[in-house]
Order: sequence, then C-alpha cells, then structure tokens
Amino acid sequence: MSNSPSAEPDFSIERNGADIRIALRGAWTIAGSRALEKAAEALGAAGKGAASVAIDFSGVGRVDTAGAWLIDKARAQIAAAGSATEYQSLDADQTILLREAAFCEPEPARARRVNILLHILTQLGGWSVMIGGNVLTGVAFLGELAMATLRVTLNPAQMRPTSMVFHMEHFALRAVPIIVTINFLVGCIVTQQSIFQLRRFGASTYAIDLIGVLVLRELGVLLTSIMIAGRSGSAITAELGSMKMREEIDALRVMGMAPMDVLVLPRIMALVFSLPLLTFVGDIAALGGGMLTAYLYDGISAESFLVRLQDAIGLNTFLVGLIKSPFMALVIGMIACIEGFRVKGSAESLGRQVTVAVVNAIFMVIFVDGLFAIFFAGVHY
Amino acid sequence: MESAGKTPIIRVRGLCVSFGTKAILKGLDLDVQPGEVTGFVGGSGQGKSVLTRTILGLVKKQEGEIEVFGENIDRLSPLEHRTLERRWGVMFQGGALFSGLTVKQNIQAPMREYLSLSQGVMDELAMLKIKLVGLQADAADKFPSELSGGMVKRAALARALALDPELVFLDEPTSGLDPIGAADFDELIATLRKTLGLTVFMVTHDLDSLYSICDTIAALADGKVIAAGPLSTMLASDHPWLRAYFHGRRSRAIVKPDFDFAGLGAPETAQS
Repeated sequence: MSNSPSAEPDFSIERNGADIRIALRGAWTIAGSRALEKAAEALGAAGKGAASVAIDFSGVGRVDTAGAWLIDKARAQIAAAGSATEYQSLDADQTILLREAAFCEPEPARARRVNILLHILTQLGGWSVMIGGNVLTGVAFLGELAMATLRVTLNPAQMRPTSMVFHMEHFALRAVPIIVTINFLVGCIVTQQSIFQLRRFGASTYAIDLIGVLVLRELGVLLTSIMIAGRSGSAITAELGSMKMREEIDALRVMGMAPMDVLVLPRIMALVFSLPLLTFVGDIAALGGGMLTAYLYDGISAESFLVRLQDAIGLNTFLVGLIKSPFMALVIGMIACIEGFRVKGSAESLGRQVTVAVVNAIFMVIFVDGLFAIFFAGVHY
Repeated sequence: MESAGKTPIIRVRGLCVSFGTKAILKGLDLDVQPGEVTGFVGGSGQGKSVLTRTILGLVKKQEGEIEVFGENIDRLSPLEHRTLERRWGVMFQGGALFSGLTVKQNIQAPMREYLSLSQGVMDELAMLKIKLVGLQADAADKFPSELSGGMVKRAALARALALDPELVFLDEPTSGLDPIGAADFDELIATLRKTLGLTVFMVTHDLDSLYSICDTIAALADGKVIAAGPLSTMLASDHPWLRAYFHGRRSRAIVKPDFDFAGLGAPETAQS
C-alpha cells in the first residue's frame, strides 16, 4: 500500500515479544466515511493483550479531527485493556490535533424508564391543561380585543384605516375570483344532484327551492368562511408568527405600540367587513351556478328560475347567512392571531401553528354554524 | 501577494456582479492562498457579502472567472460542484442554523448527507465539534432558539467544520460577541487553522481579528479590491478609505505604538 495522502486509512502491525508497534498509513480523514470507522475499530482490537503499544504516525497522509478522535478512541480502548500506549513520529500539527481532539468518555445517556400508565395519564393531564389554557387564552384575547375595539370606537383618531383597507384588499378583493369559482361550482353540483333526485318524484322544480335555501342559509357562508380560513387565516398566522420570530412584536411593544391595536385590530376588522361582502358575492355565484345547471339539465329558463326563487326564499333566508358571516370572521381572525402569537423560535413551530390555526378555524366555523342553526330554529327565523 | 509557486485556493478574476442597473462588483480580482487566514474588509453595502455569495454560487455573476481549489466553478458539472461543496464550510452571519433541529442534529446534517457513518460515531464526532468550538456539552440537545448569540456563532462554526473542510468562509464571525468571546473565537480559528491546515476566508470588521489572526487582508471599495497584503501594507496605504479605516479613532488601541509604521520594510510576519 502506498503512502499517498488520499489512500484509504490502514495500518500494519509489528510484534516484538509482548510489545506491538502499529504503523498507520493512508488518510485518516472523515472523507473515508465507513472505511475510517472500520479501520479505527480494527485498530482498537489489534492492540489487545500487548504489554505496550506504540502507534506510529510516520506513514500517515492526512489526519483531521474525525480521524484523530477515532485513533485516540482506539488508543483509549487499548489502554483500558491494560496496555501502555504511546504515539510515535508525531509532527507538531498532529500533536496539537490529537490534543484538541483527545478522546473523552461521552456522558452515558440517562435512559429513563417510565410507567406506561403513568405516561398516558401525564399526557392526558397535559392535554387537559392545554385545552383549558386554550379556552382561557381565547376568552382573554376576546376581552382584550373588545377593549381595543371600545378604545378605538371612543377615539376614532386611533383607528388605522390605511392598514384596514390594505388588508381588505388582500382578504376580500383578491379572494373574489376563487370565492366566485368555488361557490359557482358547488351551486352547479348541488343543483344537478337535486334535479336528479327530485325528478323521481316529478318535483324537479323544487330543486330551485332547495338550492335557494341551502345556499343562502348555509352553503354560501360556510364555503366562503372555510376558504377564507384557509387563505387569509393562514396568512395572518404566518405573518404574525414570523414577526414574533424576528422580535418585531417586541419591538412594537417597546415603542409603545400595542400589537393588539397595530396588528390584530386592523386585521380582524378587515376580516369582519370582508367576509359578509364575500359571502354575498359567493351567494350570487352559487345561485348563478344553480340557474345555469337548472337550464342545462331541466330546461328551466332564467326568468322562471328567478320567479320560482322569489317564491321560495324570503329576506330572512338571505339575512340568516349574512348575519353569521361577521361572527365567522371574528372566529377565524381570533384563532389566526392567537396561533400567530404562539409561534416560538423555530421554522417548524411556525408551520405547526399555521396548521393548527387553519384546522381550528375550520372546525370552529362549522361548530359555530351549528350553534347558529340551533339558535335560528329556536327563534323561528 | 502574488507569491510564486503556490496556486491560490480561491482565484477571482474580473468579477462583475450587478443587480438590475446597479453594479456592485466591477472587475474584482482576488487571490486567497492555501493555509492562510484572509480577512476581507470594506464599507457596509460595498459588496463583501455579495462576493462571498458569488464564490459560493448563491449569486449569479455577469462576468469574470472564479476558481476554487484550482477548478473553474462554471465548468463543473452539478455532481462535481457537490463534491466541491464538501470541501468547504460556510458560517453565515446570522448562523443560519436549521431552527427545527437541535445543535447536534445541525452538525450531523452534512455528515448524514454525504457520509455513511454509524449513529454512534456521528454522535461522538458531533460532541467533539461542540467541544472544539467551546460549547458546553448540554448545548448539544438545545434548539437554536434556545441559544445566546455567541452560542449560535459557535454552533454555526461547528456545523461549518462538520466535514473537516479545507476552506472555511466566515461571515463576520465575531460580530455581536463580547471582546473576550471574540478573542476566544479568534484563538479558536487560529488553532483550527493550524491543526487542520485550514484556509480561512473571513469577512470581518473586527480590527482585533484583523490584527491578531489574519495573514492577509483584502480591502474592497468601489467594486474592486483596492489593496491586498499583510497588515503592514494596509497601514502603509495612502488610499483615503484605508487610512480612515486603519488609522481612525477606533483603530488606535489596536495598532501598537511600536509597530513599524513605515510598513514598507516590515517583514511578512505571519506568512510561512
């Protein structure tokens, strides 16, 4: 084997009675990867049982910290087995390297044994506390938000209309195409299925009643809210979260600007104004889809569709959907902001909080919709 | 610094980089000799980081040639470029540690990518690097967000050294460290350079670092290297910016009174 610096790490053994001399050769660098590891293991085994072991560096090409560490580890193993060890023919740099990378016994990892039952209970307790904490944070946040709103209402000079309009452009105006498309498509699909099912009873024109009530009361606001939770809720969480990560929120606070007033209120207000507008647009798009499908599948003209629709719905049907939308906006905005402020230092936590925000917001939107259904049924509206 | 016989480890010729209509580097030439610590100075916004990022391949250049380890980086295949990247380590100014990984996992990330080592050896090597850069062992399992500024720098250096590179780029390694920490860091770089035969290219404003560990200093102004050489050359230069930099108020404590100000006859102290 040659002494070229790039050769694989290797060694030869000379026995002289109970003394062993190990001559290292090749490059003992991390680039050797598995070969380096194997050579070092073999080195540790080679010196076993000798009275003294000398490790000769004269044939070594290049050594780096990884090589030095593994050589010294092997030496320590030999020494632990009761042999005297020494290095030979070290040059000045290798001496320093071996000193810097000297082997020291790593601290043994403390393996903790845990009772599984105890572990489950601990987890369960942790979750309960977390859920309780979430509710508490939500309530506290709502209170803080109410105070901020009150403050701004009493003193409109504190309002930040520019910021609000800016956010409305992003939350509402730029969302119009996707909201129109998705509502239109769902309007088409629901109408088509209703026509097919009701046709069996010869009542396919009732599909118009169905689509009118369904879209205006539930589907329009639900679809729009879910879409906005995914689209704007995630954006809010990511934005606030990355501001939190870069200490921007702390910077605001020490400059005497309350994050609640500067960041949260304009966003939530923008959402509260945007969502009813989008819901209205979504309602119209879904009815448009229904109208088209009714014509295509059942030959119902636009005029008869509208006449039928007027009979089927009242102003209350339309208002039920619209009344719900600002509450949905509040839920989405609050969850998004709370989760945004909860982001810790890492990119991973940002991703996790954004996911949590979207999932929680969609869940809460559906939950709140259920509460409203019970409420409106209760008051016969 | 055209020292004959040695091939520079980094050789830049006629480098032009511009963003839009704004030219940052205008025909820059630079040589970094193997085994040396080269300090790179220049005013803020003059393009020090742009040069580093261009050499690393993060910024596209318009003109010029860059050779690293004697290979023109434009003529390398993607595979060769990857092999090249194994041979250098980079420490970014802000650390750029992966925030979702612990310090130990950060150091092991390049090992995992390029090598096939057993987990045990990777753990040991990571702990060794942690010790080498002067971090406590309990920092290994911490996340970057739990570290102080100085610890982040050290952890970033440990990651840059994970594969025992031949060339290390350091972007303002001592900024944000207290003077004692900065001096420790300088000493650390000097030791590592000596033991590992490391070539160090560091962008720095720390006059102490320039004075204590840099063999060569290159100064950037107006998109070009206006002067390169040992500290004596810098001190002897007439360039107004260099005079302001090395003879300014903040430099007084650094330049020892008995230093040979004539400079021209000063021996190339640190160059071997």
